[in-house]
Amino acid sequence: MHLSPDQIVFWQFGFVNLNATIVFTWALMLVLALGSKLLTRNLSDDEKPSRWQGVLEIVVLGIEQQIATVGLQEPRRYIGFLGTLFLFVAAASICTVIPGYEPPTGSLSTTVALALCVFVAVPMFGILGRGLRGYLKSYVKPTWVMLPFNIISEVSRTLALAVRLFGNMMSGTMILAILVSITPLLFPIVMTVLGLLTGIVQAYIFAILAAVYIAAAMRAGEPDPDAASNPAPQPSS
Amino acid sequence: MDDTTIIAATSIVVAGITTGFGTMGPALAEGRAVATALTSLAQQPDASATITRTLFVGLAMIESTAIYCFVVSMILIFANPFWNHFIAQAAGK
Repeated sequence: MHLSPDQIVFWQFGFVNLNATIVFTWALMLVLALGSKLLTRNLSDDEKPSRWQGVLEIVVLGIEQQIATVGLQEPRRYIGFLGTLFLFVAAASICTVIPGYEPPTGSLSTTVALALCVFVAVPMFGILGRGLRGYLKSYVKPTWVMLPFNIISEVSRTLALAVRLFGNMMSGTMILAILVSITPLLFPIVMTVLGLLTGIVQAYIFAILAAVYIAAAMRAGEPDPDAASNPAPQPSS
Repeated sequence: MDDTTIIAATSIVVAGITTGFGTMGPALAEGRAVATALTSLAQQPDASATITRTLFVGLAMIESTAIYCFVVSMILIFANPFWNHFIAQAAGK
C-alpha cells in the first residue's frame, strides 16, 4: 500500500525519476489545454451556438459568478488564475473514474505547488490592485503589534490549503485501497461516488478560498471596511 | 522488547488514538454548523445560496482539522520516520 502516487515510478535515470504524479499531471495539462484549444476554435455569437460552446459558457459564467459573489469586482481579471485552479483540481478528481488512474492531487508535492501559486498570487493581485504601500499597510492593521501574526497567518493558511487538499484526496484513495482488500464487490463503487463528490467540493473550496484571500488582500484597510464587507443586516420580513 | 517493537506498538496505538480523538471535535462542530445552517435555511429560504456557500466553506475548514489528524496517523502507520531510522540502523549492523 502506498501513501501517494509519488511512489509509483515509471522510469528512473539518476536522480531524475518519472513518477505517476508527474505523468498524470502532464496528461491532465494536455487534456485541459487541448480541450480548451479545440472548444474555443470556432466560437460564434449568432443565434445558435454549438453545443460545446454552450457547455463552455456555462462553466465560464458559473466560475465568474462564484468569483463575483466572494466580493471581487471584475471577475475577468482573476478567472485565468482561479478558474484554472478549479478546473485542474476538479478534473484531477473526476478522472478517478478511469481505471488505473491516481489523482495527482493525492500527492503532497502537487498540492504544495498549487498552494504556493496562491501564496504568490495573493500579494501580486494585492499590489496590482492597491499599490505596494497600500498592500504592505494591510500587514500592520489594526495595529503594528499584529505584524508577526499577519505574517504567520499568511504562511499557515498556505500550509492548510496544501494539507487539506492532500489529505482529502489521499484519504479517498486510501479508503478505496483498504475496501478493495476487504469487500471487493460493491462498497468500493459507493466510496468512489462519494470520492467524486468530495473531490468536486474540495476543488470548489480551494478556488473559493484562493478568491477569498485575494479579495482580502484587495480590500483590507479601505477607508470604511465595515461598510464594504459587512452590509447592514436586512430586516427580516 | 527491543526498540523496533516499542516503536511499532506505540505508533499503532497512537495512530488510533489520534484519529479517534481528533475526529471527535470536528464531528461535534460539523453537527452544530449543519444544524444552525438548517435552522437559518428554514427561517430565510431566500438567502439559501449564501448560506449554502458559507456552510460548505466552513465545513471544509472544520473538516481540515480532522484531516490533519488523519494525515498524522497515516504518516505514523505507513511512513513512520522513526521506524525507518531504526530499520536502517538494524540493517546497517
